[in-house]
Amino acid sequence: MSPQRTSAHRRSCPTWAGLIAAALALALLAASCGDDDTDDPAPAAAPEQEGTAAEPDGTPDPETAPGDDPEEAPTTDTSDAGEEPEEAPEPGETAPETGEPIRVGSLLDETGPLNIYGTPMVDATRLAIDDINAKGGVLGRQLELVALDSKSDQSEYIAGADRLVAEDLVVVHAGITSASREAIRPIFGEADLLYFYNVLYEGGVCDRNTFATGVVPTQQMQVLIPWTIENIGPRLYVLAADYNYGQISADWVREYAAEHGGEVVGEDFFPLDVAEFGTTISEVQSASPDAVVSLLVGGAHISFYSQYAAAGVNAEIPIVSTTFGLGNEQVVLDAASSEGIIVAYPYFEELDNPTNAEFTAAWHAEYGEDYPYITDLAVYAWEGWHLWAAAVEAAGTTDREAVIAQLESGVGFDSPKGHVTLDGGTHHLIQPVSLASANDSNGFDVIETFENIPPTFEQQTCDLIANPDTDEQFTP
Amino acid sequence: MALDRLFNLVFDLATTISILALVSLGLAVIFGMRGVINLAHGEFIMLGAFATLTGTRSGLNVWLAMAVAAAAVGLFGIAVERLLIRRLYGRLADTMLATWGLSLIMVQAVENRYGSVTEGIPVPVGNFTVGEFSMSKYNFVLIAAGAAGVLATYTIMRRTRYGLMARATTQSTTMAEGLGVNTSGVNMWTFGLGSALAGAAGALLAPVVGVIPTMGQTYVARAFMTVIVGGPSFVAGTVSASGLMGFIENAGTNWFTPVIGQAMLLMAAIVILRFLPQGLTGTRLRR
Repeated sequence: MSPQRTSAHRRSCPTWAGLIAAALALALLAASCGDDDTDDPAPAAAPEQEGTAAEPDGTPDPETAPGDDPEEAPTTDTSDAGEEPEEAPEPGETAPETGEPIRVGSLLDETGPLNIYGTPMVDATRLAIDDINAKGGVLGRQLELVALDSKSDQSEYIAGADRLVAEDLVVVHAGITSASREAIRPIFGEADLLYFYNVLYEGGVCDRNTFATGVVPTQQMQVLIPWTIENIGPRLYVLAADYNYGQISADWVREYAAEHGGEVVGEDFFPLDVAEFGTTISEVQSASPDAVVSLLVGGAHISFYSQYAAAGVNAEIPIVSTTFGLGNEQVVLDAASSEGIIVAYPYFEELDNPTNAEFTAAWHAEYGEDYPYITDLAVYAWEGWHLWAAAVEAAGTTDREAVIAQLESGVGFDSPKGHVTLDGGTHHLIQPVSLASANDSNGFDVIETFENIPPTFEQQTCDLIANPDTDEQFTP
Repeated sequence: MALDRLFNLVFDLATTISILALVSLGLAVIFGMRGVINLAHGEFIMLGAFATLTGTRSGLNVWLAMAVAAAAVGLFGIAVERLLIRRLYGRLADTMLATWGLSLIMVQAVENRYGSVTEGIPVPVGNFTVGEFSMSKYNFVLIAAGAAGVLATYTIMRRTRYGLMARATTQSTTMAEGLGVNTSGVNMWTFGLGSALAGAAGALLAPVVGVIPTMGQTYVARAFMTVIVGGPSFVAGTVSASGLMGFIENAGTNWFTPVIGQAMLLMAAIVILRFLPQGLTGTRLRR
């Protein structure tokens, strides 16, 4: 046996070197896909470091951007957008005559791991453009959408943003993760191209060229935490994803809990690839809080809910969350694991109002009756487009300055979630937030709707009417 | 420490170790026997989970669906071996590239078939209480399955005719062929066995994780780490590495925080490979 053994050993040496090489390659892959991994679960909020890191690298010099030559733009083929019109606009034709279509842009993750968030937003974008066009367009002109797919890839965002800048558009609605937003926001800012970011996120962006229609943590927390303390109990245990969205949100839980006579009795943060929660579930039981506040996000963290239910703890200690459902967790989990989880979002498909009935009917007519669930994110995209259209109508022009002035004057819209108003100082929305409980049929039962919830933190830190030159993201 | 807490700790630890062993065993077999680094390993796990979902949805008993899923992934592995891997033995970088490409195709194909979100399956057994702790009975299933997987692999490799031929092929393909072993057929079954083990891991995890097309990414890095730390004797290596890594991760999570638990896991892997570059079972062969 011994000769063979030696030969086996000799053989195994290069192979082991190979395996270590493989591990390195995997690490590299993980690093290069790092943005995806991190963002996948965190559509709204990517680690701050990433966002700021992307800024210097990601912001191309506007002089060298392909924007200088509109003819060249379509040949920089970084993304295959089915919708994209073939011909580029004539150079110099910046002010189309009346009757010509108004060209607008969108850049979202239609493919890749982030498309669990992107697909409903892309669908909502198409529906919104069709809806506006069917009702006569804007200023009597039809909208023509240039839609690019960022493929869940940070570099595609930068290339796509450059390309949109080159396309002679009047407004762009783009970005899902916070990292992507921070990469493209400066590009649109440099190009004076009006920018809408239609996603739930960690809050605090204060930039005159940017309008954020998504809900921010203070809006969800000021509804969810007092309700939880009053209806479930004052002792809360926080489980959060370990990066800026989770950290910032956990701070807000502590603050709102203290304000309403509650307390945080335990707090755990989890890297995004943790999929095993046995130890944590035991620790929660040891602390025996009244409720668990889940700020977990992403594919791996979904496992927490099934393991929590499998251990039978969900019957004793209920879960409340500001993230559950964002990635359609209520669909991925079996009903027993998700039933009874309390969440706070502006929009639920089950909201009972005439605008929503009309909206869901139009949605299902377009995308089929078996569409999984119309997400909260989809409705921000829908609102973003309609708010912009309303502001353009009121301004009588697509000129950026005039449209910003109209938006800041507090333009409103009857959304499927209820009436929303643009808060001029912060460029965020004052919007309704509803509480709902996950039911046994992969949906939610709405408990109560709270109207006109303001973006409290943004209002304290950001006033773009008084200080139009502000351009930063505030953190608590 | 109260007895109920102690039981709870040990139970959690055993579960963690079993899950690590389950997700690593398939990779260890394929790598240990054939030197093929299967970067699609995570996707084989994912496929096992989706096959289980499909099985239960079409009316199969959940345990039966899991068994069928493991077998189906095994067959899929055999097909992959015949069409792809067979041509690439001994070409390490090429197998890595090919299996990585395969993993991308598998994720997209599953997504096209099932959509990016699909409904999961309930945990088939209930829970029990020890003292003040409520725990899932399903963890017993995971622990038993982990032990069974290891024992079955050991038995197949040591006690069956196929196992003998497979080990002979690993030691010297030429010599085995000279003695009349159909090494090509043996390779096919080895890859199939590894795939079936990955499929079984996915099937068993399906009720307690979020079954989505990208779930493989969660497990593949961990599986690779276990296999590297385990070293060349893959059954003993998988067991010892799962035990050690599971213990370190659980202890870190328990005494400190989940973040430190993860960091300690990676640190331990680095330290072990620094001093035992062949892995935990490497020294045995060096003698």
